Amino acid sequence: MTEILILGEQANGDLNSLSKELLAAADSISDNISIAFLGNDNRSVAEDAIRYGASKVYLLQSKLLNDWSVDTRVAAYEHLLGKISPSVILLGKTQIGQDIGPRLACRLGVGLSQDSISIALDPKTMRPVATRPVLGGRMIAKVSFAEDGPNIIVIRKGSYDINKPNDNNEGDIQEITFHVEQSDKNIHHIQTILSDPGGVKLENAPVIVAGGRGLGGPEPFEMLSDLAKLLGGSVGASRAACDAGWIDHNYQIGLTGKNVSPALYITVGISGASQHMAGCSGAKFIVAINKDPDANIFKEASLGAVGDWEKILPSFISTVKDLLET
Amino acid sequence: MKIDITVFVKQVVDPDAPISSFHIDPTSKQLSIKPDTPFIINGFDETAVEAALRLKDSVGANITVVSLGYNFVMDVIKKPLSMGADNLILLQDAAFQNLDSFTTAKILSKAVSTIGNTDLFICGRQASDWDNAQVPLVLSELLGLPCLTIAKNIRIDNNTVEIEKVLPEGHEVIQAKLPAIVTVSNELGEPRYATLRGIMSAGRKTPSIYTAKDLNIDTADLSPKLIIEEISVPNSDKKCEMLSGDNSIEIGRKLALKLRESRIF
Ligand SMILES: Cc1cc2nc3c(=O)[nH]c(=O)nc-3n(C[C@H](O)[C@H](O)[C@H](O)COP(=O)(O)OP(=O)(O)OC[C@H]3O[C@@H](n4cnc5c(N)ncnc54)[C@H](O)[C@@H]3O)c2cc1C
Repeated sequence: MTEILILGEQANGDLNSLSKELLAAADSISDNISIAFLGNDNRSVAEDAIRYGASKVYLLQSKLLNDWSVDTRVAAYEHLLGKISPSVILLGKTQIGQDIGPRLACRLGVGLSQDSISIALDPKTMRPVATRPVLGGRMIAKVSFAEDGPNIIVIRKGSYDINKPNDNNEGDIQEITFHVEQSDKNIHHIQTILSDPGGVKLENAPVIVAGGRGLGGPEPFEMLSDLAKLLGGSVGASRAACDAGWIDHNYQIGLTGKNVSPALYITVGISGASQHMAGCSGAKFIVAINKDPDANIFKEASLGAVGDWEKILPSFISTVKDLLET
Repeated sequence: MKIDITVFVKQVVDPDAPISSFHIDPTSKQLSIKPDTPFIINGFDETAVEAALRLKDSVGANITVVSLGYNFVMDVIKKPLSMGADNLILLQDAAFQNLDSFTTAKILSKAVSTIGNTDLFICGRQASDWDNAQVPLVLSELLGLPCLTIAKNIRIDNNTVEIEKVLPEGHEVIQAKLPAIVTVSNELGEPRYATLRGIMSAGRKTPSIYTAKDLNIDTADLSPKLIIEEISVPNSDKKCEMLSGDNSIEIGRKLALKLRESRIF
């Protein structure tokens, strides 16, 4: 059975949802799933991973360095892959995952498919086949690997439905200790400056009201923000609106911005470029307000309103208010 | 101190080119681009040129722009020169087409000695055609250099490069010793326009051109690790219900009522 190794990630001591997706992705092609985590106080995360389908968990720890930068992570995974030889390695498309993947692939001399949305096994070669959007999402490519593994596939968030956890699953937890050399680390972290806009976090927001170039300036984002608050959500933006300086880039949704999957996604003055839609394809219901009836966004939305947002939005907001009060 | 910067740029099909510019062969399922389709310098690579020019303005730099490919459109590939870059090197060979990221990085790593001394390599975070975001990272492995990704600001001081790296929530400041590789993102800001003077001086400059043979590259070694089996157009089966009304105010009201009716909020 094809052995799959997942490079797992955790968020505050919990198995993160992207790792759960990776477990579901692995489960779709194999029963032989292992997952690796960095750091030693990870027992509960390991047990969680077993509940979600891992049969083996590796906890990687290093006595020398406790600072898991991309440099040290790559060194850690390289160490693990000196001991085991899975045929497929899965990791999530996060900033760190996208940096680790190519570097690890280079060290192992194997192929890598970035930003993939589904995986399968070629029944003849038993090598993986990945599906991934290219040309900003305007086309879909099916890619295979020229050589045997461990071939690496980076999976986009929101691509797989998470499996139900099973308390009866059994798995093996193994701790692996090794040394990270000082020379493994050549990037130095000086400081992190987090922006906390308050309110609902974009990634978790059940409702997102996103504005684009059609808003024409920064002020209309206040109206969008009022609507978002009313619906218990957050504002978002297209890259054009962020690049114009109307709203911080942390609100950018899309291929090179955030990936969101709210229940309701309302776009205002956004044309619906494929690179924007790449960040909200998981949205359950998309509403588009755009004055151009031919805008691409109407091909992606479930409900569309053609017209000037300056006229549509105020009556929309006041009606929403009325409906929420009754 | 004047530093040597190498910027890697890729000529790509204009991401806003109409969908009719692309052709998928029904039997081979491979993608080709119709003649007359506009090409541009990959947007993030233009940002990389801008980043280099800002360093030239602040600390002084000699900027060499390097592009790997075939069938270059001279007016397009010379744009960095008209923005203010000093030299242009084209790694141009019929064998340098349809390469995967790994092979591209391998060729670039071999070209580095030909390019000459480089203190800082700057690349765009990804190319808008295949969106791979791999070449700079693989190159950093092959050259044994640090790779600092997704910068919105680059500073050079005392043989050290410091960047502000864009994070999903905010940013972080990270440093590495030179030589190093930095990738930039659109958060850095808009690339400057070419000046008339720049365009004139770019017109007078001729790029240095190197083939696979010049670089001592055996083209038989360029076999890809990744194979594109097929390309298809995503099928959208979504149907959008369009609201109509006498005026926009009514459409806004209807929109709210419709969403409430469907229990969307
Ligand atoms: C490699 C790459 C990565 C990218 N990554 C991203 C990304 O992560 N996120 C992203 O968003 N983009 C990304 N882009 C950019 C993307 O291609 C588009 O350029 C961008 O999304 C356009 O933003 P927009 O829809 O706000 O602007 P436009 O395309 O200019 O659309 C504005 C819309 O507003 C409408 N409008 C104007 N006035 C009004 C009015 N008064 N009332 C109603 N409607 C009005 C217009 O009809 C138009 O449809 C990327 C591009 C590349 C090449």
